[in-house]
Amino acid sequence: MMRRLAATFAIITLACGVTPAAAERLVVSLSNHRVAVTSSFIGEELVLFGTIEPDSSSNSLRPPYDLVVTVTGPRQTLRTRRKQRMFGIWVNVDSREFVGVPSYLAVLSNRPVSDIANQDTLRRLQVGLDYFLLPQRIGPDFADTVRDDPFRLAFVRLKNQQGLYRESGTAVTFLTPTVFRAAIQMPAAVPTGTYQIEVELFASGNLAARTNTALEVIKTGFEQYVADAARDNGLLFGMATALMALLIGWFASIVFRRD
Amino acid sequence: MQIYLPIADLPVNVFLVLGMGLAVGYISGMFGIGGGFLMTPLLIFIGISPAVAVATVSSHIAASSFTGAISYWRKRSLDVALAMMLLSAGIVGTATGVWLFTELRALDQLDLVIGLSYVTLLTIVGGMMIYESIRAVMRTRRGMPATLRRPGSHTWLHGLPFKMRFKRSKIYVSAIPVWAIGFVIGFVGAIMGIGGGFLLVPMLIYFLRVPTATVIGTSMILTLITMASATVMHAATNHLVDAVLALILMIGGVIGAQFGARTGQKMRGERLRLLLGLLVFAVGMRFAYELVVQPDDLYSLRYVETG
Repeated sequence: MMRRLAATFAIITLACGVTPAAAERLVVSLSNHRVAVTSSFIGEELVLFGTIEPDSSSNSLRPPYDLVVTVTGPRQTLRTRRKQRMFGIWVNVDSREFVGVPSYLAVLSNRPVSDIANQDTLRRLQVGLDYFLLPQRIGPDFADTVRDDPFRLAFVRLKNQQGLYRESGTAVTFLTPTVFRAAIQMPAAVPTGTYQIEVELFASGNLAARTNTALEVIKTGFEQYVADAARDNGLLFGMATALMALLIGWFASIVFRRD
Repeated sequence: MQIYLPIADLPVNVFLVLGMGLAVGYISGMFGIGGGFLMTPLLIFIGISPAVAVATVSSHIAASSFTGAISYWRKRSLDVALAMMLLSAGIVGTATGVWLFTELRALDQLDLVIGLSYVTLLTIVGGMMIYESIRAVMRTRRGMPATLRRPGSHTWLHGLPFKMRFKRSKIYVSAIPVWAIGFVIGFVGAIMGIGGGFLLVPMLIYFLRVPTATVIGTSMILTLITMASATVMHAATNHLVDAVLALILMIGGVIGAQFGARTGQKMRGERLRLLLGLLVFAVGMRFAYELVVQPDDLYSLRYVETG
């Protein structure tokens, strides 16, 4: 099922990916392609640098430009539940499942995306939190609902509270009209996996160029060792933890023995 | 000092977690309970997912109940035979509870059932303990013996068949209520993510008339075995036990438990029961408040799967 979903995504992306008129080219570089989650990890800020260059065939640059950087984390499935009062107590009555949505989503731009291009363009390119495709399972089918669907709004709001979904109209700065820098905030609770970074350049409200890069969030050292052990040798890990509990309990009884 | 937890996937303050371990350990040592009903909500409150909290707390309780069991073993004040009888039914109860847990989780009603069972159990048990201990305190004021236990006092429970003799506890009771209590503790523990010590101790005292001398030690053996096996089961099936978090909690917990036990030994039994009753009742009311008052956010997220 997930594969079919992925295929659907690919088709949508292909259908939306209008080939921009070849006039500009984006060259980007990430300060760090690998975020290492160690025992002292409390989040990290990555910086994406880039320049806008004229395409080889022409020399025409058409500033001012707008830039949108969309960072998407590994996909996951989440359920949004709504409580309602029943017999005097609050109960989860209704829920929607969001299937294969990014665990992390940041839309960073030099000014609010709604000022960069019109709604149709944003919807077609899926730029901005409001227009990003968040498919819900509706019976046997998957579909994204209208952007003011209460469950979709609640989902984005809750993810935003966790620092995992964010939209910033100030995170991209133009150092010169053609050189830019984007600050990507990774909160401490960032999920591990591969992150896709989509960089889209807009000139007078139209997509002029796009490029992408990726980064990886991995656990290293002791953290990775523990996480791997827990996943691969669950039974052994459990027994080791139980043994650790017994050892500490026994040790404490010796240290604090009063006779 | 922040430390990143490898399974819970978030950083926590070491001293905060250590302090929580100390505080809950102190209470558990004082009353001879595991303290899961306090620790699990505390961990959820600092942002650890309920599933990881429930799984990790089991190892923490195993550590503190082992310390307790050792000291009671030295004083020869535990009843292994009674603990084993309770355990045999407890395993069946745990299996039933785990099954129901999975079913309810699929229906998205787990929160409600956990909330309702906390409210019902904690307020009833807490209320009963408060009532009983206040009466005991009043009796001592009037110069009468505080204890309820009168030699030869029989209830209908003592009329049931399959009688067994538990020498250490000096009781002669039917196996049926013993099994029933074991089953209830196992079942409730699996559903609520608690060791069940705070339920088991009053049940053993009021229903089986187990003397105070052996009741806590016996409860600790049962808690130790169920929680150690729960740790292994949670780790093997859901991979949710966070060893780093468990280690910090355990260190705080065992130290706190030692000091708690000293305070507990200095206090009179009925005063201790009154305090525990008030604590249990207060936690129950806290859960009732959450169910009845409109939540700040009507929506909540639940993680389904990766991919």
